[in-house]
Amino acid sequence: MADAAPPSKSRDLDKLLLRPGNLVGPTFDPGVQLRDDLQEYVKVLVVGAGGLGCELLKDLALSGFKNLEVIDMDRIEVSNLNRQFLFRISIGLNLDCLSLVLKRNSVIMGPMGRLEDVGKPKAEVAAKRVMERVSGVNIVPHFCRIEDKDIEFYSDFNIIALGLDSIEARSYINAVACSFLEYDFDDNPREETMKPMVDGGTEGFKGHARVIVPGVTPCFECTIWLFPPQVKFPLCTLAETPRNAAHCIEYAHLIKWDEVHRGKAFDPDNGDHMKWVYDEAVKRAELFGIPGVTYSLTQGVVKNIIPAIASTNAIVSAACALETLKIASGCSKTLSNYLTYNGVEGLHSKVTQFVKDKDCLVCGPGVLIELDTTVTLQKFINMLEEHPKLLISKASITYHGKNLYMQAPPVLEEMTRSNLNLPLYDLMDKIPKDILHATGTINKDNKKSSGLKKLRVVFKGIDGVTDMDLAGGA
Amino acid sequence: MIKLFKVKEKQRETAENANGKAPVKKQSAGELRLHKDISELNLPKTCCISFPNGKDDLMNFDVSIQPDEGYYLGGTFLFSFQVSPIYPHEAPKVKCKTKVYHPNIDLEGNVCLNILREDWKPVLNINTIIYGLFHLFTEPNYEDPLNHDAAAVLRDNPKMFESNVRRAMAGGYVGHTFFPRCI
Repeated sequence: MADAAPPSKSRDLDKLLLRPGNLVGPTFDPGVQLRDDLQEYVKVLVVGAGGLGCELLKDLALSGFKNLEVIDMDRIEVSNLNRQFLFRISIGLNLDCLSLVLKRNSVIMGPMGRLEDVGKPKAEVAAKRVMERVSGVNIVPHFCRIEDKDIEFYSDFNIIALGLDSIEARSYINAVACSFLEYDFDDNPREETMKPMVDGGTEGFKGHARVIVPGVTPCFECTIWLFPPQVKFPLCTLAETPRNAAHCIEYAHLIKWDEVHRGKAFDPDNGDHMKWVYDEAVKRAELFGIPGVTYSLTQGVVKNIIPAIASTNAIVSAACALETLKIASGCSKTLSNYLTYNGVEGLHSKVTQFVKDKDCLVCGPGVLIELDTTVTLQKFINMLEEHPKLLISKASITYHGKNLYMQAPPVLEEMTRSNLNLPLYDLMDKIPKDILHATGTINKDNKKSSGLKKLRVVFKGIDGVTDMDLAGGA
Repeated sequence: MIKLFKVKEKQRETAENANGKAPVKKQSAGELRLHKDISELNLPKTCCISFPNGKDDLMNFDVSIQPDEGYYLGGTFLFSFQVSPIYPHEAPKVKCKTKVYHPNIDLEGNVCLNILREDWKPVLNINTIIYGLFHLFTEPNYEDPLNHDAAAVLRDNPKMFESNVRRAMAGGYVGHTFFPRCI
């Protein structure tokens, strides 16, 4: 059946999907069926429609994925046009070579007033442009924040590709993807609940691409401690002894703004606010004889921006798109599991295999605890002290953001004391199995330390609790 | 993984929201770490914590400090804490809500405490911040100040500093600035 395959428009893809090989994944099944399944069944979400997102949409569409969705909360700005190539300056400049030039150079202002795409939602314009250029692909744009979507939205996708620009956003999506992960009674992750993510990031000439398979590879939270602390200047340096341009800018941004605009919040996306900060920074710099305050440095310091380069984005998203293809089709073993790219001088690239943190609060199995539905919260807390894997005394318990019982401070202890006599099953909204967290003093080997533990609670004897998918994850 | 995706697709078509609810968003790791810090708080009698949004919102809380020694003996000073979802990667934002005459706290409520900015490390916690704030009142320092007038007076004329502080806490003017009563 595979030999009589009709030639497809994508010869390179055929070479990967239609023939067996030496580097293929364990479940790889080459053939036309695979190529068709890729188009029909696989749904990929691209988070972010900026530098990485635009490249990702193009790469994924050209890699044979037909069901894509993209989510981004921003509108297009002029400064995006040097690399987010799906966004155009004016109608008529659609010639391939000209758009190539516009893509790679810094902003060339078209005739005034024809900045066609500026101001429109990135997700919608990006989706439209890719669908115009690649036949058969369907891209659904979402112009909103990632936090505005329900969990069910994310459960629909098979793979999530990230083109984000902040730790906070990555942490959020990671928590969402890992929330689908379930473990069986032997603490092994269940494959059908794994939601793989491919995460890319860039900063000037440097970038990374990593594959996150919850339960197998480290998740974002497992390695979050690798980030260096953010650069923060002491407030008194800003107030008294500035020494460089960044100090002057931060003085205007953090101190002078509140003095003058009492009560009004500073909005980094507001041009007038930014201009005000720039003007104040210049005054400050003149006072102290410090050179170097420019408008673009002001933007960089206030918004934490590092100038973006189209080629870095192209390289990193190509790596991400390739990994997405590998995960979906099994046509090759995936990157394992963290690739770094550095093009500052020459080119350096390395793949490191990080290991997951077995105690990770987000993707770890936690400790399995089976309970009767009659067990009260107080009894549960006492049990934790004896449990061989836990040995937590004086535990405080939290469940889905609700603090069931807090040992301290006194004001919270009072507010939660009444929960102690209630059955834990009721406090957990009568769900047959779920996760909660306990924090307290751990007594192990005569050493006391404080600990925060993830607990998988399963209530015995509830109808329908078997080893199957329970909560609506598809 | 394609086989899995096909299986899931079929599962979705046949099984409509059987018994279970859709997975609810779990707490962020930052909230969990904050929960740990709060449940282990060991505050002195001079410091008191309150949760204006109730027991389930630990990310926004207030701490009031009543120094029992030093220049600020007897005053009550309120601080607001705002904790970010990526705590402890980022330090909590702390502002002083009480107008105070202090070399390290300016009139807008910005607090110059090293561990809140350049010396923050994820291994620190809410307890250490509160102790740091308490220390500001027992040992104000005039090097690297936010309020340079107050710092200069503390350095050059401690007796006048003491009377300025008393006057400010009782409700009154220091120079051209009026301080509401906080004692």
